Amino acid sequence: MIIDGSETSLRKFLSDLPPVDQVGAEARAGMLATRSIKTTSKAWAIDMAISMVDLTTLEGADTPGKVKSLCAKAVRPDPNDLTVPSVGAICVYNDMVKIARTELDAIGGESIPVAAVATAFPSGRASLAVKKLDTQDAIDAGANEIDMVIDRGAFLSGQLYQVFEEIQVIKQICGDKAHLKVILDTGELVTYDNVRKASYLAMLAGADFIKTSTGKVAPAATAPVVLVMLEAVRDYFTLTGKKIGVKPAGGIRTTKDAIKQLVLVKETAGDQWLTPDLFRIGASALLNDLLMQRMKLRTGHYASANYVTVD
Amino acid sequence: MSRIDINKTYKLFIGGAFPRSESGRVYEVKGSDKKFLANPALASRKDLRDAVVAAKSAQAGWAGATAFNRGQILYRIAEIMQGRSEQFVEEISALEGVTSKVAKLQIEEAIDTWVWYSGWCDKLSSIAGSQNQVSGPFYNFTTPESLGVVAIFAESKPSLLGAVRTLAPVLAGGNSTVLIASEAYPLPAITLGEVLATSDIPAGVVNILTGKTSELYPWVGSHMEIDGVDVAGLSKKQEEELRLVGADNLKRIARFSAINHPERILSFMEQKTIWHPIGI
Repeated sequence: MIIDGSETSLRKFLSDLPPVDQVGAEARAGMLATRSIKTTSKAWAIDMAISMVDLTTLEGADTPGKVKSLCAKAVRPDPNDLTVPSVGAICVYNDMVKIARTELDAIGGESIPVAAVATAFPSGRASLAVKKLDTQDAIDAGANEIDMVIDRGAFLSGQLYQVFEEIQVIKQICGDKAHLKVILDTGELVTYDNVRKASYLAMLAGADFIKTSTGKVAPAATAPVVLVMLEAVRDYFTLTGKKIGVKPAGGIRTTKDAIKQLVLVKETAGDQWLTPDLFRIGASALLNDLLMQRMKLRTGHYASANYVTVD
Repeated sequence: MSRIDINKTYKLFIGGAFPRSESGRVYEVKGSDKKFLANPALASRKDLRDAVVAAKSAQAGWAGATAFNRGQILYRIAEIMQGRSEQFVEEISALEGVTSKVAKLQIEEAIDTWVWYSGWCDKLSSIAGSQNQVSGPFYNFTTPESLGVVAIFAESKPSLLGAVRTLAPVLAGGNSTVLIASEAYPLPAITLGEVLATSDIPAGVVNILTGKTSELYPWVGSHMEIDGVDVAGLSKKQEEELRLVGADNLKRIARFSAINHPERILSFMEQKTIWHPIGI
């Protein structure tokens, strides 16, 4: 163990972390974004990206009908082309978990996990008791993954141990029934140093995945932020031998954006992270663009949004 | 010592901005006297793709504007063009080898074309729409609606008027467009882009590409997001090939005579029929 679980050791570990070279991180992320991925590599990247998508709907206006049609899309993203892989997961609010799980099981999507956003998503402004209940409720409904938000207010005001304990408690509830993704909401953390600190804090507390954003705050999954987080999981693996996943979410809308993310993964964490088990992309609009690019590669001519489903 | 000329870089017009070609290519345009005039951008299929993306996202807003508002904006284009006359005169006479008097006549006709089509915007649905007789307690209306994204291959000559008389009717109908300028006479079309950029027409509604027609038309034909094509600037053979690949998404492909006519607007519109119960 790199910390003994006490507040002192956590504080010491986090304050000993080296600061992020802001200019260097932005330059490196910018440089990697210029790489051109074509033909067979592009085809591979598109299929990999599709299988990494956490197909998401987190709207106040969500209905069981919308969630069900999303499930159908998750299993078979392009009904005209059976070679398209299923997506990585479905991501919904708590009350939709049961509907999603039942629907997926009924239409041949048993292997697709359902992720629930819990702990008073997206703000995280609720008492610990409510957050615990929220999480338990999602697991009872059949969630395979829990996307929890950290208390950014506590983090920014220096109450790191409180955030740490909160993640630990939620992790305990998840047990081996659900994977835990910890949402840092990097847009509210402001600095790369904070992103690095929060990444380590979440990993030390037991996160299986660290996730950039709720998708409700801009900026969300910017390339330098994802780079900093990928570096953190890579270094954490060297330190402990444990592989933690990364999930950028928010603002990734085009195939180009998605492929840029894959390049970041390959060049930072390495090939072993290029799997849906360790890298996910939280998105809704992205999937249609991936499908259209796939059609373009297959047919040789530019595709139209009229030929993919709206939701 | 004489002053060094500051020559204009002729660029593309995509989504309200003036980018160079993504390919970095340019080609040489010569005047009627075989002297060098400019190096406009040589658009690639990816520039076309970007232009269609811009056109698609701008289309709903343009079609959703009131017909009266669209008419006002087309009229505004005429106003702004008037102020730019001198630059058009220079370009047209250098390219086409005509006197400035003849060039001026062409510009005036182009301006009048904008005004003519601007007037049609809010009258079209009355002329082309109808209230249909049905046997039941319903109203039944038919109204023309915009088609979507329309690509235009502008005529070569007259260079400015050729572009305007293909562009104006397509805009009047609420479509967004990708105009592919004449390969040999592209300069007035690009300057027209500068007029459009300052005339209240929303960014992306008109996109202008310069380059080789022969390179772009197969991609226009097969692009599933393009709903209609005006093939004024294509040869018969090119048109035939475009019709073949364009059949895939039922593209509306048309060629018109030179005269202004409301049929030019309606060719790139759909007829929508609505049933509505007669209320008590």
